[in-house]
Amino acid sequence: MGEYAAQAKLAVRNAGMRYGDRVALENCSFDVAPNTIVSIVGPSGCGKTTLLWAMSGLHNLTDGQILLDGKPITGPHPDIGLVFQDANLLPWRNLMDNILFPFEIKGQTPDRDWIEHLMERVQLTGFERNFPRELSGGMQQRAAIVRALSLRPSVLLMDEPFGALDAFTRDEMNKLVEEIWMETHTTIVFITHSIEEALFLSDRVVVLSPRPGRVQSEYEIPFERPRTMEIMAGKEAYDLTYRIKGDIYGHQAKKLAEAKG
Amino acid sequence: MSEDGGVVGSDVGKGFQSLSSFGTGGLRTRLEILAIIATAVIVIGGMELALRIFEVPLYILPPPSAIVSALITDFPLILPHLGHTLVVLFSGFAIGAGVGMVLAAVITQFPFAEKIIAPYVLILVTTPMLALVPLLILRFGFGYEPRIIAVALASGPMVMINSATGFRRVDSQKIALARSYGASTLQIFWKVRAPMALPMILVGLMIGAIFGLLTAVGAEMVGGGFGLGNRLTTYSSMIQMPQFFGVVLLLSTLGILIYVIFFFIGKKWASWEA
Repeated sequence: MGEYAAQAKLAVRNAGMRYGDRVALENCSFDVAPNTIVSIVGPSGCGKTTLLWAMSGLHNLTDGQILLDGKPITGPHPDIGLVFQDANLLPWRNLMDNILFPFEIKGQTPDRDWIEHLMERVQLTGFERNFPRELSGGMQQRAAIVRALSLRPSVLLMDEPFGALDAFTRDEMNKLVEEIWMETHTTIVFITHSIEEALFLSDRVVVLSPRPGRVQSEYEIPFERPRTMEIMAGKEAYDLTYRIKGDIYGHQAKKLAEAKG
Repeated sequence: MSEDGGVVGSDVGKGFQSLSSFGTGGLRTRLEILAIIATAVIVIGGMELALRIFEVPLYILPPPSAIVSALITDFPLILPHLGHTLVVLFSGFAIGAGVGMVLAAVITQFPFAEKIIAPYVLILVTTPMLALVPLLILRFGFGYEPRIIAVALASGPMVMINSATGFRRVDSQKIALARSYGASTLQIFWKVRAPMALPMILVGLMIGAIFGLLTAVGAEMVGGGFGLGNRLTTYSSMIQMPQFFGVVLLLSTLGILIYVIFFFIGKKWASWEA
């Protein structure tokens, strides 16, 4: 485990998803290296969420497969945590009972110290007895992250988790994900339609094409962590943004970027 | 409660909120309470005064004081009848509500079957079950059975139709969450579907209980020698109007009690929806 594992943590192999005649996802292949953050970006309806749900084992692909540590994913897996688009907390449970929900389902004893540590990390200590409706959207989503991490999954799948939050809260949440990653080095697959968010968080960005979703391009994001404002506002980040936008918005912009250098 | 008393079926959440504004101790709430008491005094006192001034005969409408004193003096005679009515109400409601909830939980799992049986449920909901009481008496006699059956038939469909609405409120995201942790169908039912349906189930139980009370009293009026309904027919045939209205008062109190009980259960277990 100490050495760098050559094997991908998650390997997407010719993944395809058809709903009747409609092809949502076609022939997608890419790897997620262990202990890295990979973002999947693309326009609405490119099958990002479909792909993530397939990774979570909640939906089955119609073509191809996804391997976790070399083994095909056939259903929900204890090693995979999932964070939804909205916080998806159960409104009739207080925060702590929401976080303990996975343990209740699995009949496991929760690791109280770890949960307490996570709560402190996301600054929710003192809100354990509050109900979701009493908390802001950002706080709810932080609780959802604690819930997902409480079982110590080796992979965390995040499906546009901050899409509904305002820009400032979103920046804070991105910072928080970075901090958590630097502490745990959990492999994270992050779905977003914000290129800024993808660049800030990821080691690698996978761009999907519009319907049907295919892997259009992949980018290595070489920046050191923690990523400062200076790095994110620098020339390199600007160029990457430009190229990714080019991939998404059409070839014209891409040609312009290439002509520039 | 006063402002929402009429809309029993529409939205528990709102009802819960309006009662919880009681007892917050603010200046405005105290003023409200004062106004409520003043209104009650004016309405009841005014009735008393008007009935006495215009010398309305006792057999048409007795004044409130006569009703209350008749209820107090005759209470030992009325008490066993109250007991009978409560037995009928509780057993009929327990059977009806139990069957109604189970059927709702089962039937909502099969949308196809639900569509097929929907018209029959509607018939059960809309037909006054009192209409069946004479038939039930023919079959089961003048004892408890026909009344309990009538109450169960009246409250059950109400509980079922509301519970079904609750169980139909499926949140696929929350179910996906449970499934992502490997939850079984049974776990999903008890930990996601049932809590989500609870507010609507409580509405159903409350309406069902009130329908049950109506039916219990109605059935007692049709036949048999006991129960509060029987007291109503007896007192009115003997033109004992203060006693008659005393029993009516008792029945209103029962109805309000049902509302208040479910209100507090709802406040405790379903306030997350407010």
